[in-house]
Amino acid sequence: MTRSFFARHPSVLVFIACLAFFTLLVTILSEGLGIGVISTSFVKTLGKTLCLCLVAIAMDLVWGYAGILSLGHMAFFGLGGYMIGMWLMYERTRDIVVTSLADVEIPPTPQEISDAIGNQIFGVVGSSDFPAVWAFAPSLPAQLALVVLVPGLLALVFGWLAFRSRVTGVYLSILTQAMTLALALYLFQNDSGLRGNNGLSGLQNLPGADTIPQSLISLWFLWGSALALGLGYLLLAWVVSGKFGSVIRGIRDDEARVRFLGYSVEGYKLFVFVLTAVIAGIAGALYYPQAGIINPAELAPIASVYLAVWVAIGGRGRLYGAVIGAAFVSLVSTWFTSGQVPPVDLGFYTINWVDWWQVVLGLSFVLVTIYAPKGIAGLFDLAAGRFPPRRHGAALGPDDGALREKEAEE
Amino acid sequence: MSTLLEVSGVSVTFDGFRAINNLSFQIGKAELRAIIGPNGAGKTTFMDIVTGKTRPDTGRVIWGDKSVSLLKMSEAQIARAGVGRKFQRPTVFEDQSVFDNLLLALKKDRGPFPVLFYRSSARDRERVEELAGEIGLADQLPRKSGELSHGQKQWLEIGMLLAQDPQLLLVDEPAAGMTLEEREHTTDLLVQAAKTRAVVVVEHDMEFVRRLNCKVTVLHEGAVLAEGGLDHVTANKDVIDVYLGR
Repeated sequence: MTRSFFARHPSVLVFIACLAFFTLLVTILSEGLGIGVISTSFVKTLGKTLCLCLVAIAMDLVWGYAGILSLGHMAFFGLGGYMIGMWLMYERTRDIVVTSLADVEIPPTPQEISDAIGNQIFGVVGSSDFPAVWAFAPSLPAQLALVVLVPGLLALVFGWLAFRSRVTGVYLSILTQAMTLALALYLFQNDSGLRGNNGLSGLQNLPGADTIPQSLISLWFLWGSALALGLGYLLLAWVVSGKFGSVIRGIRDDEARVRFLGYSVEGYKLFVFVLTAVIAGIAGALYYPQAGIINPAELAPIASVYLAVWVAIGGRGRLYGAVIGAAFVSLVSTWFTSGQVPPVDLGFYTINWVDWWQVVLGLSFVLVTIYAPKGIAGLFDLAAGRFPPRRHGAALGPDDGALREKEAEE
Repeated sequence: MSTLLEVSGVSVTFDGFRAINNLSFQIGKAELRAIIGPNGAGKTTFMDIVTGKTRPDTGRVIWGDKSVSLLKMSEAQIARAGVGRKFQRPTVFEDQSVFDNLLLALKKDRGPFPVLFYRSSARDRERVEELAGEIGLADQLPRKSGELSHGQKQWLEIGMLLAQDPQLLLVDEPAAGMTLEEREHTTDLLVQAAKTRAVVVVEHDMEFVRRLNCKVTVLHEGAVLAEGGLDHVTANKDVIDVYLGR
C-alpha cells in the first residue's frame, strides 16, 4: 500500500505506453507528417476510435464497476458533440459571410452579419433567427464549458430523480433508454433550434484554419483524442483504485449492505453517473469534429446499446477491457460495414456483410455473455494464470477487474 | 442504566398482515439481549424498522442520549448514527479481500469526496489487523472474502460491524450453519462486544441463546410475549404454548 500508484497498478503504465506508441506510429505513417501509408480518412477513423474508447471506459466505470447498466450514455456523448458543433458551425459560417460581404460597397452592420449567418445556418429548416440555445455559440470558451455542463447537468437531474426513487436494474436501464430516445426525438424537431434532422455539418473545417490541410488537422485531433483518453484512463484508474472503487464495487455486488455500512448509495451513484456523463460529453466533443457531422440519429437508443456491447465484449470491470472492446468492435464494424469484406456466395443466397454484420455482432455478444463473461480482456487472465475465487455456488455477478486482482495480491 | 434505544407502540402492516403489533422494546447502553420467537413473530421486521428499511405505520423509535427519532432517517444515516446490522445470510463483498472489506467498514467519513481522496494510514491498517485478530482472520487478510468458509464469512461480517464501531449491534442468526467450535467463538465475540455496547441477537437455537447467558425477549405475532432470563421465559406458560411446546 505504500508503493506508488503505478507500482500497484502496472496495467495503467502499460496502457499509457501502448497509447503513446500507437499515437507515434500513426503519426509516422500518416499523410500529414509521416510517410503517407495511412490515409487521412483512416487517421480520422482511428482518432474517432480513441474517442469511442474514452466513452467506453466511462461506461465501464458506471456499468462494470458501479453496476448501473446505463443505456443512455451516448446521449451525453452526442450532447458534447452538439455543444462544440454549434461553435464550429457558427464561426465557420461567420468567416464565410464576412468574406462574401467584404466586397460590398457599404460595410455591413453587425446585425446584417448576424442575419446572414442565421440565414446560412437555419435556411434548411426554413428559419433565419437564432434560437435562444445559440446564445453562447460565438464564444469558444462558453461552448467548451457547455460541453461539460450540459451533459453534467442533465445527468445530475436525471440521476437525482432516478436514484433517489431507488430505481435499479433493468428499470433504470429502460429509463435511460427513454431519456436518450426522448432527447433524440426532441432534436429531430426543426424548432428544437439545432437544425432538426439535418444536424450540424461541416464540423471538420476548423474556423480560421482554411490554409491548414485536413491531413494535419486530423493528426491534431488524433493527438487530442489520445491525450484525452490517456488522462481519462489515469483519472478513472485512480478513482477505482482506492476506497471509492471499493465502495462502488460494493454497491454493484450488494447495494443494501453498503447502505447499512452507512454509505449513502444514492450519492455515490449520482457522483459516478455525473462524472461519466461529463467524460462522455468530452469524448463526443472530440469525436464529432473528426466525423464532420452530427445529427439526432447519433443519440438513438441503439448507439448506447452498442456502447454496452463493446464494454461487454471487451470485458467489463476493468478499464483496459473497455478500451479493447470499443477499439476492436468499432474498427471491425467499420471494416464490415464499409463493404470491403467480400460477400460469401452460398449458391442459393449471397451473404452481404454490410447487412449481416449486425447479426454477427449480435451473435458474438450472446456468445461472449454466455461463454466468456470476462470478455476479450479475460484472455489476459488466462495468460497470467489467474482464476476467479471459488464462490461456493453463489452467483458470479459482474466479473473481476485486473486492478482488484493486483490489490488482492498485496 | 440509561436507555440507548426505545421502541414504543410500533405497528406495521404488510397487505393486511400485521407483522408488528404494538411492539415496545428497550435496550440499555452496554447490554446483551437475545430475541427469540417462532417464524413470523416479527424478529426480522423489528430489525428492519430499527435500521430504517421498513417504516412503521405507528409508533416511535427513539435513539441515544439526544433522543432523536430514527423514523425520519435513511438507512445510511441510521448506520452512521451508530446502528450496525448483520444479516442472516453472510453478506460480505466476496469480490474483495478481507482487508478491503474491513477497511470499507472502518469508521470514517462516508461522503463520496472524502472517500475519493482517502488513503489508508498506518493507524487504519493497524486497526484492521487488530480487528482481523479479534475475529480470527489475521492470516486471511489478503484473501478474497468469497473464498472464506461460511463460518469465516460470518465472523468477517461481525468484524465489519465492530469496525463500524456502532453503539448498537443487531445480529440476525449469527450461528446458523456453524459448527460447534465456530459457535463458541461467535459467542465469545458477541459477549465481548456487549461489554462496551448494546448487542441484540436474534436466534432460533436455544443452546446458543443459553450460552449467551443474557436477558431474553420472546416475540410472538409481532408483540413481546415475555421478557427475562432464559430459565424464566422458558418456564412461562404462554411461551411454552406458542413456541417451545410445539
